Amino acid sequence: MSGGGVHPARPFREAAQDTLADAQMRRNLRHATTTIREKRKRAVAELPDWEALRVAGAAIKDEALSRLGELLPQLEEAVAKAGGTVHWARDAEEACGIVAKIAQAHGAWEVVKVKSIATDEIELNQALEAKGIHAVETDLAELICQLGEDRPSHILVPAIHRNRAEVRDLFRAKLGADLPTDEPAALAGAARAYLREKFLTTKVAVSGANFAVAETGTVGVVESEGNGRMCLTLPEVLITVMGIEKILPRWEDVATFLRLLPRSSTAERMNPYTSMWTGVRKGDGPREFHLVLLDAGRTDVLADPVGRQTLRCIRCSACLNVCPVYERAGGHAYGSVYPGPIGAILTPQLLGMHDDHANTLPYASSLCGACYDVCPVRIDIPEVLIYLRGKTGHALSERAAMKAVAWAMGDPGRFRLAIRLARRGQGPLVHDGTIRWLPGMLGGWTSVRDAPALPNRSFRELWKERKEGRGE
Amino acid sequence: MTAREEILARVAAAGASPVVAERTPVTASPREREAIVAQFAEYAADYKANVVRVGPEGVAEAVAGLLSGRVLVAPDLPLDWLEFAPPAVEPAEDGEPFPPVPSPPEGRGGIAFVRDDGLTTAELDATDAVLTLCSVAIAETGTVVLDAGMGQGRRAMTLVPDHHVVIVPVERIVDTVPEAVARLAAAVREGRPLTWISGPSATSDIELSRVEGVHGPRRLDVVIVG
Repeated sequence: MSGGGVHPARPFREAAQDTLADAQMRRNLRHATTTIREKRKRAVAELPDWEALRVAGAAIKDEALSRLGELLPQLEEAVAKAGGTVHWARDAEEACGIVAKIAQAHGAWEVVKVKSIATDEIELNQALEAKGIHAVETDLAELICQLGEDRPSHILVPAIHRNRAEVRDLFRAKLGADLPTDEPAALAGAARAYLREKFLTTKVAVSGANFAVAETGTVGVVESEGNGRMCLTLPEVLITVMGIEKILPRWEDVATFLRLLPRSSTAERMNPYTSMWTGVRKGDGPREFHLVLLDAGRTDVLADPVGRQTLRCIRCSACLNVCPVYERAGGHAYGSVYPGPIGAILTPQLLGMHDDHANTLPYASSLCGACYDVCPVRIDIPEVLIYLRGKTGHALSERAAMKAVAWAMGDPGRFRLAIRLARRGQGPLVHDGTIRWLPGMLGGWTSVRDAPALPNRSFRELWKERKEGRGE
Repeated sequence: MTAREEILARVAAAGASPVVAERTPVTASPREREAIVAQFAEYAADYKANVVRVGPEGVAEAVAGLLSGRVLVAPDLPLDWLEFAPPAVEPAEDGEPFPPVPSPPEGRGGIAFVRDDGLTTAELDATDAVLTLCSVAIAETGTVVLDAGMGQGRRAMTLVPDHHVVIVPVERIVDTVPEAVARLAAAVREGRPLTWISGPSATSDIELSRVEGVHGPRRLDVVIVG
């Protein structure tokens, strides 16, 4: 059952201990992320003004977020004028209820779906299942996850944790497909045959949206396989679930994002298919179009002046592909459909930092900043990570220790003395130049890291000796 | 409070002060036409589209060479420039999807054009190819955009058949994505849907191996004219 929600079941460190042990996942993931990192660099280097584009993207998103109160009604009016219906959903439950109601009104016991992380977030498939409506995932990776009863582990390549032999076995078992080989082309062929029948006969489709233009009421879906086009065009009824932060102010803004998104996500100049539609159109596509605007915690994030930039996210997954933590721990360790660096700041903000599992996510980072460098909309993820860390409760002993350290570092003389004492005291802890164990609270550091021993001269001491040696 | 009222109230309470982003006006590319056309051809081919370029007098020949069998066309696609073409056929009443393909005139391959006049999905599925014009093509990315305008048809028409041949007059090729978006504004304001096509369908979902042709036409031919 694809869809996995945003509520981590465990603290990150605990979940990561398990996922780190999955050698196959790590191999697949390392191959995938390394490949796409290089491709992305090439794709981005082709445009002469990538940095200017990032700045423009961030500015447009900031405008959209700051003017949501104006833009959402404007979008609603434009969609309605074009024959669509707009619904508003405060939370996941309400959104699922709206979708179910529309499907039921059309007597649909099966719906086809285009990949939509927002619908995974709200666990739509489970909610529909509970009402006797089966949602068929049509994106190849989501289909794999659905058949394997798995949660997606990557925003873009959700089944990256599965290899081709596993996929072949899954298709044989669940689709009854006759597959003598596990060549990806044969596997995709089996999926195509199974899904084509669904597309040509199913009445109701559910999709997400990459953007919606307030000015014109135009909604856009960016995809590769063509299952999006199938779902958006052939059924009679289309229901699109979209987070309110995906809105763009003007039609012309689409150009900026169509340049930023494909190069950042699949590292292509352009993805194979992008569909854009406004309301309904006689004789072309669905007779009925419903747009469900989803809040589900986004207005909380909006209210935080530092955290608000998180909502700029266009779900490209570039940050996942450069993150050393994600590469090793994998998506499942984050316990949410939003993994990686963006997940580490979005999940806890959507849920609130009081959530005891989600609030461990800001610590799933070495703060290397690679994510910020690649983010097409310049979300300063490290800034938000540190900000969120500041919001977790810290034990009295930790706060006292930090105060002591701040005191010691607050004066050059005190600092020099502290270093000298540490150097003397470290003796018994040093083995082969490293410290692998520290007592008490400090053990939190060394339980997952080796610290280098303090050298017998600090840089300042060496420098001073050098200066004195030269008689300066 | 309705959901709408509550969400808008929460948005207002979030207290973000409105800012307006600076937008750079779109200017026509200063690059030479030939360079732009050549880049479009190259980049479209990169995505495994088959790209050919012909002069206006060679279109009919080129198109005839690429097509065979039942070819779907939009109701408003003129066919007189395809001088060899027999008249378009209608679906038969008696359950047979289409009458048999008429024998080719003048030694050309057998082609029967079928007008998409409210065909059912099953009827669309029974064709061999679809032939369309386009609205705009983009050199920066090797993309062709359809906007339900003349000769392009409804969206299902270019989705269901397995082979799509698109005719791209050189004057419709622009250099950059912003230029294309500007050209498409009028169609969008009229409520017309857009389909941006950059090669045949593809997926890299299994071990990141790129596999062509999942849903949508597995063969894409681009005929650049001019």
